[in-house]
Amino acid sequence: MNYFPDEVIEHIFDFISSHKDRNSISLVSKSWHKIERCSRKRVFIGNCYAINPERLIQRFPSLRSLTLKGKPHFADFNLVPHEWGGFVHPWIVALAKARVGLEELRLKRMVVSDESLELLSRSFSSFKSLVLVSCEGFTTDGLASVAANCRHLRELDLQENEIDDHRGQWLNCFPESSTALTSLNFSCLKGETNLAALERLVARSPNLESLKVNRAVPLDALTRLMSCAPQLVDLGVGSYENEPDQESFMKLMAAIKKCTELRSLSGFSEVAPLCLTAFYPICQNLTSLNLSYAAEIQGNHLIRFIQFCKRLQRLWILDSIGDKGLEVVASTCKELQELRVFPSDLHDEEDNDTAVTEIGLVAISAGCPKLHSILYFCKQMTNAALITVAKNCPNFIRFRLCILEPNKPDHTTSQSLDEGFGAIVQACKGLRRLSVSGLLTDKVFLYIGMYAEQLEMLSIAFAGDTDKGMLYVLNGCKKMRKLEIRDSPFGNAALLADVDKYRTMRSLWMSSCEVTLGGCKRLARNAPWLNVEIINENENNDVMERNEEDEREKVDRLYLYRTVVGARKDAPPCVTIL
Amino acid sequence: MSPEEELQSNGSVASSTRNIVGVLKEHNYLGLSDCSSVGSSNLSGLADDDKATISLKATELTLGLPGSQSPARDTELNLLGPAKLDEKPFFPLLPSKDEMCSSSSHKNIASGNKRGFSDTMDKVPLYTEKNWMFPEAVVATQSVIKKEVAQNLPKGKLSTTNNSSSPPAAKAQIVGWPPVRSYRKNTLATTCKNSDEVDGKPGSGPLFVKVSMDGAPYLRKVDLRSYTNYGELSAALEKMFTTFTLGQCGTSGATGKDVRNETKLKDLLNGKDYVLTYEDKDGDWMLVGDFSWEIFIGVCKKLKIMKGCDAIGLGMFCFLLVMPLKSLV
Repeated sequence: MNYFPDEVIEHIFDFISSHKDRNSISLVSKSWHKIERCSRKRVFIGNCYAINPERLIQRFPSLRSLTLKGKPHFADFNLVPHEWGGFVHPWIVALAKARVGLEELRLKRMVVSDESLELLSRSFSSFKSLVLVSCEGFTTDGLASVAANCRHLRELDLQENEIDDHRGQWLNCFPESSTALTSLNFSCLKGETNLAALERLVARSPNLESLKVNRAVPLDALTRLMSCAPQLVDLGVGSYENEPDQESFMKLMAAIKKCTELRSLSGFSEVAPLCLTAFYPICQNLTSLNLSYAAEIQGNHLIRFIQFCKRLQRLWILDSIGDKGLEVVASTCKELQELRVFPSDLHDEEDNDTAVTEIGLVAISAGCPKLHSILYFCKQMTNAALITVAKNCPNFIRFRLCILEPNKPDHTTSQSLDEGFGAIVQACKGLRRLSVSGLLTDKVFLYIGMYAEQLEMLSIAFAGDTDKGMLYVLNGCKKMRKLEIRDSPFGNAALLADVDKYRTMRSLWMSSCEVTLGGCKRLARNAPWLNVEIINENENNDVMERNEEDEREKVDRLYLYRTVVGARKDAPPCVTIL
Repeated sequence: MSPEEELQSNGSVASSTRNIVGVLKEHNYLGLSDCSSVGSSNLSGLADDDKATISLKATELTLGLPGSQSPARDTELNLLGPAKLDEKPFFPLLPSKDEMCSSSSHKNIASGNKRGFSDTMDKVPLYTEKNWMFPEAVVATQSVIKKEVAQNLPKGKLSTTNNSSSPPAAKAQIVGWPPVRSYRKNTLATTCKNSDEVDGKPGSGPLFVKVSMDGAPYLRKVDLRSYTNYGELSAALEKMFTTFTLGQCGTSGATGKDVRNETKLKDLLNGKDYVLTYEDKDGDWMLVGDFSWEIFIGVCKKLKIMKGCDAIGLGMFCFLLVMPLKSLV
């Protein structure tokens, strides 16, 4: 029984924006469920196959903002076949048909077509914001229709997508009346850019705060852009191979000086060091810096730049910065919250002195008290270092460590890294995301199961000895949502031990493990509310058919997820849904 | 692993898996393909034994005239472009002054004559002036050699691997490892490629190659087509890298516009014995100056100014440990 009229309750609910909280509210009572769902504006769907668009719209008729994720995380690393799925089109069709007043669409790892973008642009007159992360399947023609038809477009943010660049005039398609842009990111486009159109667009967008251009925007164009948008907060620069001449350099620096609001810098995929220098005037204002594509800039030059960035909260960098560089970061960036150190040398040549080691990690942990998220690719690690890191930084929420060589032990003791990671999960009581690497036995999973109470996502590769390892995790981590495992000796016993566990999880990925077809079939029988997908390479499809009876056949890749709408209809031949 | 094995207790499954993983680990590093089915390797099909044999052979020193025994060399000869290759014997131990410098007539390049960095790597114990010959650098073992090359390249090599334009490196690429987004991998690879590729039309657009120098904080790029001979290139490079040798590495970040003291530079260069080297299409590091200019710009992918002592293995061992930049003119 409600003591307040529905409108009042609805108003109160307006203040609650977190998805989790809203989900909790909807469980309180039927009446609250109804009020909540009718007033819900933003919906997040972590797995687009867990539900279908029709049911979504039925439940949330007032939907304004939708976030959808498609392919499993390991698709980022080429472990999922190209044609696996994750199509956004049916969603857009359904939303258009139901005349939902969609204003914002955020997609990650989905397949988007030009047709979808065209339909999107024509169906939602209030559409304001399109964010595409790691998507594929569309071209600049699709972007052109979005630019042309979305009259109220404020945000077009394209992050790391594979876009077929037709070198067209999509930037020209923004009508002259379009002045509402606040964010424009086309850094992932590979082709040429119509500079004149871009400059005109930026000039008539006084609210533009975030601008990330692609490689093809040369230095003088950048200078002009910055000159007419001194209000920029977030800037992504293009690619500048050659050193600028004196005059260009001075002009650039002058333009940069005027951008007093600039807080975030990125891009730099190919940059002559002098161009980096031009940003010195605003260094001390920066809170976010992404130099992780700047393969050309050597360590000491990076260090010199970062020395001035005392307010950095987020830093993405290549391991060419070296341990020494990280020590400088540790002593300079006291506000640092998130650090990502990517490998510059993807072929892991052994004698690369400039890569980072445990030394850099320890230095960072000691120097940056506010650090809560880290992604660290390194050549080597020790238990002692991890134990120290755990002591220094008990506040980690995300801890992702990738030792480049699989199965590599502690390089000083030759032991496994169980104790090191154990220390991390024990100390970091708020840890939500963990990636482990190096030589690891079942013991590390015992620790994880015992201590990582808040853990929601765990990534395992080349680790563990027996099914016990996986069982420790499944039994212990009550809040586990996404578990992804590759090349580890976990089999049917672990997979089948507690089927109901998968009700509480979004998904499980296992590739190159010990699970067999028989085990997966048994799981699918016992859990009809799961989609159990077996992914095999094409050449093995014959094997699949021939050995249909051979339940002992090991499964190449297994991806299972809870769903309320049963087996999907759009799976390609290489995917079998049991 | 056969079904029978799987039916055994967990323990033995685990250990046999472990063994496989352990063994796999080794195999992977050699590029064999029997790792997990999603794994891929670049030298699939080569058995362990053959690998060992080939690599031994490649490092074998033999006495004999160059060109006498490397069938695999044929492919390399083709790489050298339209230059006509003469079978005349060519004694590598006697590079005379004028052969060192560029000459308008193209060099005779007998097969097997390539003085690759890699070729000399394992030679130390057998290495004497008299015995020094060019063993076959077998194309098939390129990846093995690459590994050695990689280990011995001067420190400070930083940018993404130079393998982007040649067959992948020895360390086998386990699919999806390291876990780096494809987008990132492709972008970094493109950054590397962009400097290596011409506009697709040989002979027309600029031909930018990266130039690095030991001890310099950053790389530079030069357009090889903007020079017509080694002399011009050498002069340009000197100008470019003046600041570093004069100990002015980026105090302000700006390149030194004024070459303060040119003579001082030359002395420094001479005294420090810098050598100009390049990486060719096969990924081998060579001394600049062997070939005619035309051939050179056809094969040069990268330039590096090395300290003389680091360049010893590159071959001018007996006569000229190092060659000051200037004398290339």
